[in-house]
Amino acid sequence: MATMARSFLQAISKDEAVAPPLRVVQIEGLAVLKIIKHCKEFAPTLVTGQLLGLDVGSVLEVTNCFPFPVRDDDEEIEADGANYQLEMMRCLREVNVDNNTVGWYQSTVLGSYQTVELIETFMNYQENIKRCVCIIYDPSKADLGVLALKALKLSDSFMDLYRAGNFTGDKLREKNFSWMDIFEEIPIKVSNSALVSAFMTELETDAPVSQGDYDRLQSSTTPFLENNMEFLIKCMDDLSMEQQKFQYYYRNLSRQQAQQQAWLQKRRTENMARRSAGEEPLPEEDPSNPIFKPIPEPSRLESFLITNQVSNFCGQINGVAGQNFSRLYLTKALHEN
Amino acid sequence: MAATNDLTVLQFVTPSSTASTTTTPVLTARIHPLVIFNVCDCFVRRPDSAERVIGTLLGSILPDGTVDIRNSYAVPHNESSDQVAVDIDYHHNMLASHLKVNPKEVIVGWYSTGAGVNGGSALIHDFFAREVTNPIHLTVDTGFTNGEGTIKAYVSSNLSLGDRQLAAQFQEIPVDLRMVDAERVGYDVLKATAVDKLPNDMEGMELTMERLLTLINDVYKYVDSVVEGQTSPDNNIGRFIAEAVSSLPKLPPQVFDNVVNDSLQDQLLLLYLSSIIRTQLSLAEKLNTAAQML
Repeated sequence: MATMARSFLQAISKDEAVAPPLRVVQIEGLAVLKIIKHCKEFAPTLVTGQLLGLDVGSVLEVTNCFPFPVRDDDEEIEADGANYQLEMMRCLREVNVDNNTVGWYQSTVLGSYQTVELIETFMNYQENIKRCVCIIYDPSKADLGVLALKALKLSDSFMDLYRAGNFTGDKLREKNFSWMDIFEEIPIKVSNSALVSAFMTELETDAPVSQGDYDRLQSSTTPFLENNMEFLIKCMDDLSMEQQKFQYYYRNLSRQQAQQQAWLQKRRTENMARRSAGEEPLPEEDPSNPIFKPIPEPSRLESFLITNQVSNFCGQINGVAGQNFSRLYLTKALHEN
Repeated sequence: MAATNDLTVLQFVTPSSTASTTTTPVLTARIHPLVIFNVCDCFVRRPDSAERVIGTLLGSILPDGTVDIRNSYAVPHNESSDQVAVDIDYHHNMLASHLKVNPKEVIVGWYSTGAGVNGGSALIHDFFAREVTNPIHLTVDTGFTNGEGTIKAYVSSNLSLGDRQLAAQFQEIPVDLRMVDAERVGYDVLKATAVDKLPNDMEGMELTMERLLTLINDVYKYVDSVVEGQTSPDNNIGRFIAEAVSSLPKLPPQVFDNVVNDSLQDQLLLLYLSSIIRTQLSLAEKLNTAAQML
């Protein structure tokens, strides 16, 4: 089954020079359960793992995954990590699991995953694999009964910008690039083999209400909301710091420009005096003067990331608040009866 | 090496447990849904020559004696009519890799697909008995003989006659299928062969409320039919219903209204805050990339 799929892939890669855009990530129930188990076991530590699967047309299939061991910041263990990965992939290959890396997954706390490390990991992966995704799972939301699984990909325009290493205002305005264009969220489809679905159908309990429902119906969401608000406030602080940096930069820039103008004026009057005295005019520019040194514009990447995070938090709060509304009305109705 | 016995007296040797006092004669096995998914997946991907798949079970032994089976991986093996070869190196390699991630999950047994226990299984069980005391043997019937997929767990005890080893007897032990993880994900997601969209917050809420409504309707119908005398009353169910109804907090309506309204106001406040922040973000965005007027 794997060999057939691989030759199919080869056929595709020979015909098309450009892969069709990724529209859907198809995960197998097995991979979903594995991710959930791994992330939940190690919560609140953040853990990562590798996704294995196939890249077919506009669908990225994730058929299996394996977790990475939690690594201490020790130099020796770096090589161990690579060895572990190779070992796992080799072993999985022997049992006919697709050992084609298609991305990685990581757990997150309350949805705060937009960091520079994420982008760097993405760029690393992108160099080796044509298309990769990052799956983010939030175990804290599982307590509220929501399956918080998200598939992310960096948008192409962002990748070009990042490679150019240039995040100044001009460039961004040119491309009409806003903070929403950094990450692209891809819809997830879940697929299961027929055997597994037969088993699950049989093992499903007869009760019409399951654990997920119990979780959803509990009305104490305050700890979740409190944590969310805390993170949100911290992020807003970071955002305002970034904005202050910009303000500072602009102030410096305008001050420098004023200085330049003043110096230029002085030079001009000097030159006029010299010309009238018959001497050679001095050049109107003086690169050695420190006021002509261009001030580097601070990169906007951080502020974009923070903005993303803040918007994420807001979205989460909205979602949970909506759920709370329904629950409150439900209790009200029950009580009236 | 099937289990046969004649008229002679057989002596059951209980598995020796020198250090650990946790292995009791009657164990229960608790299986997480991930194990079943793993087994099915390995079975589907088996090489064409193999009829069944075997693999190792990982987990832990709980203080009350139950064996908690949490993870598994397949081990390549060759089976012919009279001999069985298991790739031991592979088994050890995978075990080491898994232990790196989760050192608490150790070998607790092994699994095989297929309906029953046969001779080859006894040999493999022996091999695993050397790795861990009292391994559990799990059979997952992927062939759906009997028209249903049965999952059974066995422990083996050795039948010996005096000093001579006669046979290995596989005793079935009760299996507890904990589907909590699967339930959290949602059976609809795991049951269907393809799910187009994962339900988000509100849709999940909707489904839950529908189910709650069905439950309440069922209880209603039951109570009605009992009152009318159609069904015989069951005291236990009656007690449960009474408990459930009485667990609603008994607050005077005024107080309850106040509580509900306060919570509503809190939620509205949060919504307002998040909308304001969103507006702030878009403003900041405009200011950041606005053309500089110099």
